[in-house]
Amino acid sequence: MADETTDYAIKLDIFEGPLDLLLYLIKKNEIDLYNIPIALITEQYLQYLKIIKSLNLDLAGEYLVMASTLIHIKSKMLLPVPDEPSDEETEEDPRAELVKQLLEYQSFKEAAADLGKRPLLERDVFTRSAPINDDVETLAEAEDELVEVNIFELIEAFHRLVSRIDNKELLEIDLEKLSITDIINDIMERLNREKNLTFEELLGERIDRRHIIYTFLAILELIKMKMVKAYQTSAFGVIRIFPAVES
Amino acid sequence: MENFKAVIEALILASEAPLALEKICVILEGVEKAEVKKTIEQLIVDYNERQSGICLTEVAGGFQFRTRSELSPWIKKLKGSKPASLSPAALETLAIVAYRQPIVKAEIESIRGVDVSAPLKGLLEKKLIRIVGRKDVPGKPIIYGTTKKFLEVFNLKDLSELPTLRELKELSHSSETT
Repeated sequence: MADETTDYAIKLDIFEGPLDLLLYLIKKNEIDLYNIPIALITEQYLQYLKIIKSLNLDLAGEYLVMASTLIHIKSKMLLPVPDEPSDEETEEDPRAELVKQLLEYQSFKEAAADLGKRPLLERDVFTRSAPINDDVETLAEAEDELVEVNIFELIEAFHRLVSRIDNKELLEIDLEKLSITDIINDIMERLNREKNLTFEELLGERIDRRHIIYTFLAILELIKMKMVKAYQTSAFGVIRIFPAVES
Repeated sequence: MENFKAVIEALILASEAPLALEKICVILEGVEKAEVKKTIEQLIVDYNERQSGICLTEVAGGFQFRTRSELSPWIKKLKGSKPASLSPAALETLAIVAYRQPIVKAEIESIRGVDVSAPLKGLLEKKLIRIVGRKDVPGKPIIYGTTKKFLEVFNLKDLSELPTLRELKELSHSSETT
């Protein structure tokens, strides 16, 4: 087998795992998958393992498990078969499980190759060059023009606003007393008057950190109490706050 | 409304994502669905017959104009960038998810015989697969499935267009021989 060493070296990095390596050995030896000469395959497998080990220790773990499986099967097959052939069904070939696994893996390997051969978007076929917006996917499925906003998008909007404030302002100490209840009342009043408002509109002129935080907390509180609803027209669109019930 | 073939053609071109038949029907109020479908099929034939550089493709539950795959070298020249390709590991993992979904990581690993953390992460980032939920077993493992983008990227109408796996046939064959 020494003359095949070069062959090993070339093939090493293309194996996707122990099953892939076994399939390769089976193909190389032109073996019938349903009748694997386990001694031969185990020997060749261990040969490969030696090389893999010498090159890349990280790889060895999963390969070692398979090695022990192979040796286990081999030892089982060496055991004498009991004279009385019990039910053929119960007396399973020790290789059966492995064969099943190999077949399953092989079929997915083929399926993967088939997938790779399809005309792939942005590789073989192209659409009109509107960029594919990844995040639209879930949103595009909704029928309504308005999309309900989740908490993360609200936080995102909050973040954008905070980052917009001049840093100097953050240093000023504001002693004005604020309460979330006041702001909630204020928001509800304005919403009832104006039907819907964006977060920015709700803040109005009072763009300082405390107001933004209080307004944000007030909106979260209102959403929790199901008194308002937050919608946007598209991903990353402007978030609008609506009163939940017309009063 | 006589020339709604032109309308449909325009709608599909103007739509950013593959345009669903139902959506076209909603826009073309009062036109029978079967009629719309027939017209789209006619459009597909038109584009094929005139040997145009683009073809009308049914993909991801809708219709979209795409360039012909034979012309890809030219478009690559235009775009200049190399398309990000999937590694064999990613492709195998994706195939398993596509065929066996909903599926948990341990099941994918038992088929591939290796750890699939890295390819799973890559596929999630590329939005080809998504988390569908959690399985109600100890540890609540994450369940994965493919996305609509998977259908778009792989030029599939829907999941049923995936070719059937050879496996089942083979397995029944194996039980006969052993």
